[in-house]
Amino acid sequence: MPKSTAKKTEKPVEELSYEEALAELENIVSVLEGEQGQLEEAIKLFERGQALAARCGVLLEAAELKVKQVAGDTAVPFEEESE
Amino acid sequence: MPLTFTVSKLTFLIRKLLEENEALQDVWVQGELSNLSRPASGHVYFTLKDSSAALKCVMWKTSAARLTLSLRDGMEVEVHGRIGIYEPAGQYQLYADQIRPVGEGALYQEFMRLKAMLEAEGLFDPQRKRPVPEFPKKIGIVTSATGAALRDMLNTLRRRLPLVEVILAASPVQGTEAPPALVKAIQSLNRQRPDIIIIARGGGSMEDLWAFNDERVVRAVAASQVPVISGVGHETDFTLCDFVADLRAPTPTAAAELATQITLLDLQAEVQNYQNRLVTSILNLIAEQKNMLSSLTTELRYLSPERRIQSERQRLDELARRVYSSLLHRVQLQSAHVAGMRNRLDALNPLAVLSRGYAVVTQKSDGRVISRVAQAKNGQSIQVRVSDGRFDATVDEK
Repeated sequence: MPKSTAKKTEKPVEELSYEEALAELENIVSVLEGEQGQLEEAIKLFERGQALAARCGVLLEAAELKVKQVAGDTAVPFEEESE
Repeated sequence: MPLTFTVSKLTFLIRKLLEENEALQDVWVQGELSNLSRPASGHVYFTLKDSSAALKCVMWKTSAARLTLSLRDGMEVEVHGRIGIYEPAGQYQLYADQIRPVGEGALYQEFMRLKAMLEAEGLFDPQRKRPVPEFPKKIGIVTSATGAALRDMLNTLRRRLPLVEVILAASPVQGTEAPPALVKAIQSLNRQRPDIIIIARGGGSMEDLWAFNDERVVRAVAASQVPVISGVGHETDFTLCDFVADLRAPTPTAAAELATQITLLDLQAEVQNYQNRLVTSILNLIAEQKNMLSSLTTELRYLSPERRIQSERQRLDELARRVYSSLLHRVQLQSAHVAGMRNRLDALNPLAVLSRGYAVVTQKSDGRVISRVAQAKNGQSIQVRVSDGRFDATVDEK
């Protein structure tokens, strides 16, 4: 049963990274696809899933390539030359 | 008497002499370019010279079109071709088909030697190649910070997978300082733990690309903990880095493409797919619940007490009927019994005897029946009962 999801859902969707949101979405989908009964719980999962999918979409839409440069053992932002 | 030749015949003999000499038909000649001329015909004419000799050369349009080198007077080059005669001018010349910068021949020999050695060590074995992750989060790039190669790769990554984080380890990509800098760049990128390292450079001559054939660089690529994609030069250029890398890309742009096998579009499609499955599963679940509800309703109706109440009611009626009939039976029995008793009582009724002339005598004082003489006394008041009533009397004489 979806015990683990129920625990994880505590973190607000807006704070999740793309990977976290996608992993949770994936989990919710498989739980819902395997679910028998428990409609109220299922609808909660569904709503969470919708929010996660939207979050993923927004993150993909807004993604901007981050470019850093190695400096010793760390990495610092890299300024690209503009043409 | 020596034979006299015509000019044509002699020239033909000289031509035959030259053309039958195999060494002259497949030859590399080194010298300085001069008198370079490219008329509208597209053929290229020039003279190769050194300190003490000159050689006329011609390169036909078809070969000239394949030149990667841009020719200038004064350039030291190696020219490949065959020696022939230009009969109208009585001039021997080199019919050139390839031109390369001086030193490339030696470089090529060195390339083959290194390649054979490293190959023998097993550095290029296919089983050493590691798979390149499909969906990297961090991509390390080793290239020049100012080259077009970097710009092309960043643009490609930006277009295909902007989620990725790029870490550049800038390094010169040609010259003697390039190999140690490239080695250092590969090593420091390894400490940043990217998912993939791309080592790249734009196109150039074999000499320009030479750092990517350096043994130190090849060994650094082989030692990388992170899978390496090489994208050096153009489609036709092969460097030892290409052989040792886990994946060879023909160009820097292609390397960036191979590093991002899953693109933004794939990810968007994946999210969309999850969303569709989410909707489908919730609709299925609701439909399932509805079905369950309706079958429960049917079952409930079947199990309703209504039926039991009816059957109980029926049973009650039945019982009531049985109670009534048994009661009736009893009443009938009782009334028959009563009638019988009444008949028997009638038979015992003393009044019936009286009607036949008998009388009952009782003491007036206490009502006791006087059935024997001894019970009677003179002067005693008695009562006499006959069939239709009674009267008083007095005992006269005994």
